[in-house]
Amino acid sequence: MTRKRTLTILTHAVLILLVAVLAFPVFYAIVTSTLSFREAYQYPPRLVPGTQFLENVREAWVRASFGRLFFNSVFISLVVSVVKIILSLLAAFAYTHFRFRGRGLLFGMSMITQMLPLPVRILPTYELMADFRWINTYWALTVPFFASTTGILLFRQFFLTVPRELSDAARVDGATPMRYFWQILVPISRTNIAALFVIEFVFMWSQYLWPLIVTTTKEMRVVQIGLKMLIASEQIAPEWNVIMAGTVIAMLPPLVVLLALRKSFAQGIAMQSEK
Amino acid sequence: MQDERFPGHPLLPYLLILPSVAVIVVFLIVPFAQSVWGSFFVTSPFGTKTIYVGLRNYLELFQSSDYLKSVIVTVYFSAFVVVIGLGASLAIALLLNQKIQGVGFYQIALIWTYALSPAVAGTIWALLFAPATGLVPYLVGRIIPGYTLNWMTNGSLALLVVSAAATWKMLGYNIVFFLAGLQNIPEELLDAARVDGAGPWLTFRHITFPLLSPTTTFLLFMNMLYAFFQVFGLIDIMTQGGPGDATNLLVYNLYRDAFIHLQSGRADAQSVIIFVIIAVAATFQLRAATKKAAYAR
Repeated sequence: MTRKRTLTILTHAVLILLVAVLAFPVFYAIVTSTLSFREAYQYPPRLVPGTQFLENVREAWVRASFGRLFFNSVFISLVVSVVKIILSLLAAFAYTHFRFRGRGLLFGMSMITQMLPLPVRILPTYELMADFRWINTYWALTVPFFASTTGILLFRQFFLTVPRELSDAARVDGATPMRYFWQILVPISRTNIAALFVIEFVFMWSQYLWPLIVTTTKEMRVVQIGLKMLIASEQIAPEWNVIMAGTVIAMLPPLVVLLALRKSFAQGIAMQSEK
Repeated sequence: MQDERFPGHPLLPYLLILPSVAVIVVFLIVPFAQSVWGSFFVTSPFGTKTIYVGLRNYLELFQSSDYLKSVIVTVYFSAFVVVIGLGASLAIALLLNQKIQGVGFYQIALIWTYALSPAVAGTIWALLFAPATGLVPYLVGRIIPGYTLNWMTNGSLALLVVSAAATWKMLGYNIVFFLAGLQNIPEELLDAARVDGAGPWLTFRHITFPLLSPTTTFLLFMNMLYAFFQVFGLIDIMTQGGPGDATNLLVYNLYRDAFIHLQSGRADAQSVIIFVIIAVAATFQLRAATKKAAYAR
């Protein structure tokens, strides 16, 4: 038994070490965000937090209009996540509950999305935005993202496990397909909806290349581009304390979403991995 | 595929998929077709004239040493992200997938980097490695006195640092999926192996790893997409492709040709080349996934 105990203690030791190593870069970033400019350049580098965090946040806020960028990022991430979830639910409903001409073909087309990421169509999509006069608008930052392979697959897999008796009973009771969808199917999909929300929110929050090319004004930029603006705004040497204050702001919302929905997220992923 | 569950609604399914399909056609399929079409043309700098050139854009790319270098850099970068990233995450997931106390805490403490964006990861690693003043150059200077670590002047080092930063950011994502895959492996199979006297390594090699292969192939593909495209922000923040094209990934080269050098035909051709690479990988992934899934059953 002692051998087993040693092994358990060893496992814990390794895991704690891993947690610390993986978290260290972020810990160091947070410490730097609390230092003054002078402290950030202290030699040897300083690992103890200072007291300048709020000043640094204020500075980043003003210098890169971080408030506006923050709003833009939250807004587009929420809109895209919610619309993607609704559209995926509707499509998965159609693919699992109805027979119709061209179903296989259309389903295949929905799956191809994953093979057509932005870089394989970047110039024509950009030109389309210009033709639509969507440059520097929320339309360009949201609408092209509305289709989701991940979402359709996730919900399709789940809907296929829903017993037929449920829809039969609803039909016998005289419920229309849409009533069954909204009142039964959507509520029992809660876990998957939450999991997909985490995935899509993180995905959208991280977008960089597309916002970089379809926005040019300071008002329409997003937080990720704001980081670059902060780095570029340096005068003599990088003001790491201010840049890191911006970085801390830029990583908070997706972290909050992940932590708040972590149970559903893990369950949703586990369900998807089940084959 | 399933049976009709609500007969007598011939139009409804089309209405349900219409929004998704419309977005896919308008913003994905048509623009991609235009990429293919555009790759056979060159446009004069101010867009006044378009000339059909056949395969010239492609030929020029394959003859350009800069482009070939970008291909090689991308291969190194993605190999690092995939091999080191998946290897490390699988090891961590195996360690996590045991009956020990506090598993819930460790899980969240090891996967949260998933929520960081590539640009955030890049900014933080740029701080850690900041030449002369950063923490890592300081430590290296302490260990090897007199050596100054400066990744901004050393191409191979720069490639190594961006690869490590990108891998670090992706660990959380990989661990989540490996852990889910591991938890779906039936306990009885592992117990049976143990009863038959198989040690941990044999059990892993002959049971865990084969049964995990749908997850592994899925992650291979997702990590490749990540290494090819999503790291754009990380590169743009850390190196902008430098020093001297040492971290000029295909996606970064494409961005520069499309939006800085304004060579649209050349950029479209690069889009098509990238598509061919993904299509091959996707087909491979799909075939492996369906084959292995059947095998796992």
